Amino acid sequence: MAESATALRQELREQLVTQSRVLVIVPAFNEARSVGGVVAELRAFDPDLAVVVVDDGSTDDTAAVAAAAGATVLRLPYNLGIGGAVQTGQQYGRDEGFDIAVQVDGDGQHDPRELPKLLVPVLAGDADMAVGTRFGGEDGYRSSLLRRIGIAVLARVVSMLVRQRVTDPTSGFRAVNRRALELFAGDYPHDYPEAEATVIAHRHRLRVLEVPVRMRPRAGGTSSIGGIYSLVYMGKVLVALFVGLFRSYPKEVG
Amino acid sequence: MTPLRVSIFAAAAALILLLVIFELIRRRRLQERYALLWIATGTVILVLALWRSLLGKLSDAVGIAYPPSALFILAAFFILVLLLHYSTVISKLSDQNRVLAQRLALLQRRLEERESADERHT
Repeated sequence: MAESATALRQELREQLVTQSRVLVIVPAFNEARSVGGVVAELRAFDPDLAVVVVDDGSTDDTAAVAAAAGATVLRLPYNLGIGGAVQTGQQYGRDEGFDIAVQVDGDGQHDPRELPKLLVPVLAGDADMAVGTRFGGEDGYRSSLLRRIGIAVLARVVSMLVRQRVTDPTSGFRAVNRRALELFAGDYPHDYPEAEATVIAHRHRLRVLEVPVRMRPRAGGTSSIGGIYSLVYMGKVLVALFVGLFRSYPKEVG
Repeated sequence: MTPLRVSIFAAAAALILLLVIFELIRRRRLQERYALLWIATGTVILVLALWRSLLGKLSDAVGIAYPPSALFILAAFFILVLLLHYSTVISKLSDQNRVLAQRLALLQRRLEERESADERHT
């Protein structure tokens, strides 16, 4: 990233305006307090962005708040978990012919102003998937000890599997091009999908790029993973990654 | 040799099990494909309960001193297989459930869009 952020933003804006095929997928589960702000912020950042909020079976007003803020809303009849919700957004993107999909969490952690950092490498064709990492040295991101250990172990394993350094394997802040979008719309991991998705992308010969971004504290709701569940999460993902090694994947996706 | 009373009890239990399975299938409360493992369980236990010398030989072969224990171990094994089978069935059902929910969400949006477009036109 040699250019300044404003130059990037300018370049991106031009590309967005001319192409206008970028979809922002916002998975949200009981996030009525924050999702309106997230959508409004995205639209303020670029009014041409298509924003789809996937309401993952919320029991609060998430869907209504998102629609009022101007997003397209997909309402799941019951809670599928983050993997199923994000995949629903990806299927929407695939069906509606979007070129690029970027995932932004509904809790306000992901700053739209950081979007260009993810979108530019994908738009430019330098990567099939760009993942924002909060461990790029730009901020002091805080989380529980167990969670940090889980993330560190996963980072080591995922780095090994994809043969490149991955520092934030659980980051949901990620952009994918059409090829990866079609792949994930058909085959996306369940429960806690991010680390697995990175490995699946690699095994389909997609180029994955990690980009340092600034993340904010959550604006509302609670994390889906905390305390001892960090370890359960890690165990589940490790099993999935290990078994995944013994699945066959196509040599080329074409 | 298996005590006669054990054999009679085990045979009766296996017969009752098979009858219950039969009745459940007849009332369409149990699909045949899920009944197969149960029928196999009941049949194997019934056969070994009646064919007492076979049970004796089998337990000798695997080093079980008391033949009725072999019967219990076999039953426990079948239960494990049944449970594993159900885990695969549940996995498949939850996968199908997810696909159904996703398609519902996508179709619902299309329908709402069409309806609001119609309202504007009329």
